[in-house]
Amino acid sequence: MNIAITLAYLVAAVLFILGLRQLSSPKGARNGNFTAAAGMVIALLATLPLLNFTTAGVTIILIGVVIGAVVGVVGARRVKMTAIPQMVALFNGVGGGAAALVAVAELLQFGEHPAFTVAFPSVFSIVIGSVSFAGSMIAFAKLQELMTGTPITYPGQQLVNGLLAAAILGFVIAVLAIASVPFSFISLMVLALILGVAFVLPIGGADMPVVISLLNAFTGLAVAASGFTLNNFALIVAGTLVGASGSLLTKLMSDAMGRSLANVLFGAFGQVRAGAAAVAGQEGRSVRSASAEDLGTLLAYSRRVIIVPGYGLAVAQAQHAVRELAELLEKRGVEVSYAIHPVAGRMPGHMNVLLAEANVPYEQLKEMDEINDEFKNADVVLIVGANDVVNPAARTSPGSPIFGMPILNADQAKNIVFMKRSMRPGFAGIDNELMYDPKTMMFFGDAKESLTKLVNAVKAA
Amino acid sequence: MNNELLNELTFFVLAIFVGIEVISKVPTILHTPLMSGTNAIHGIILVGAIVIAAGASSPVNIVIGLVAVILATTNVVGGFVVTDRMLEMFKGRQASKTPESK
Repeated sequence: MNIAITLAYLVAAVLFILGLRQLSSPKGARNGNFTAAAGMVIALLATLPLLNFTTAGVTIILIGVVIGAVVGVVGARRVKMTAIPQMVALFNGVGGGAAALVAVAELLQFGEHPAFTVAFPSVFSIVIGSVSFAGSMIAFAKLQELMTGTPITYPGQQLVNGLLAAAILGFVIAVLAIASVPFSFISLMVLALILGVAFVLPIGGADMPVVISLLNAFTGLAVAASGFTLNNFALIVAGTLVGASGSLLTKLMSDAMGRSLANVLFGAFGQVRAGAAAVAGQEGRSVRSASAEDLGTLLAYSRRVIIVPGYGLAVAQAQHAVRELAELLEKRGVEVSYAIHPVAGRMPGHMNVLLAEANVPYEQLKEMDEINDEFKNADVVLIVGANDVVNPAARTSPGSPIFGMPILNADQAKNIVFMKRSMRPGFAGIDNELMYDPKTMMFFGDAKESLTKLVNAVKAA
Repeated sequence: MNNELLNELTFFVLAIFVGIEVISKVPTILHTPLMSGTNAIHGIILVGAIVIAAGASSPVNIVIGLVAVILATTNVVGGFVVTDRMLEMFKGRQASKTPESK
């Protein structure tokens, strides 16, 4: 490899590492993204002089870059803040697909019997890249609500998935030992795509962030493997960086939910149904619902109000309405703060982004550890479109899929106002005891409309 | 095992440690932007896609190359832009914080 190119790749690698470091602290995060992007541009430009272009090659690269750039920019700019998680899934999936295709193309060039050092990373990249592609598409479909967000399970599912994995392993061995190009690659790819779908289907929508993070790490590894196939230093280093940091990030995310990664990935089997059945057995309990006027008076004459925002608030685009209510209350001398659960919204940090967008003052956003002891001093806790993050089942019922997840102590407040669209269970698909608490008042309706009603009620109070 | 492969393995192993070390202190609120940022970085596969597309001549290679370049470019461009959009919000928040804390 040419010295200039190797040095350019080295600079790119350093920029990626610096970018990642800046991305992990709030101060430099945005610059970190630019740093990494600069590394990317350098790596791309350095690659070009090395290549012998055919006419067809130049044409497809230009067409491909233009199409990809337009799709990327339009997709990333147009997407609503609430839909960002699925957008990340989509961008991750296409990366995995690209890694698999690069490996396929490279293997085809080597003909019938590629050397093991080429065949092994290629096959690895094809399998992992395809799993990442298909899995990300399912994650996208679940979050975009193109399909149900609840876990899809059937009897013997683990056996089927196990057999799929075994079949892939068998194929890998066959490809490496016999290398019958190209038939076995296509079968391998198809099997890996099916495995990607089967792997994500039984995982609930609430756990998708962790899955996307894991698939992100997968794509990184697939890219690194493609780097081994192509003997490309930039791909190896950048791909491995993502594979490693992505794996750690996946662990940190499941830790934030108080769960192990294994529990997130395989926990759905059996448990959800048992939990749902147990709750169904306690039907017939009544909930208390309140009028906007009652709640307006209650809020206006409170001293301390804690708002617990959740995904429902994001979906209804109610972040501005909630800020309006908070400002109104503050004018009346009510102390208002927001309790942000680590996984509020659909991804860790998602809710902070949404509220910051609505210009909610940073000082009012309190992390869970910071505010959990203050709930008992709160006159009213206003739960807006959140559910699982205040569900006491996480503390009390070991059979529940969310058992062990740290939750906000909303149940300790003097009054609990639960704003929800309906009695429907939350993202994790389980009922919430807190709704039946005698201190709880339900206020049904779209979060934005309900908040507007509350604003008017507080003004009138 | 040749020298080049040995070098590559060295980079690979060192990059694992660097990758883990460099993000180990990330606060929860940055989990999503960080995931999105790393997602953009693995868009480096565009380098690979361009390498395989550059010399394409057979119809099969042309199709594979074109699709790979489209997918990889979408990954890079979309990844960086969407990460920037997320972090833009944080910046606004930081800016509004500074004057008040003085």
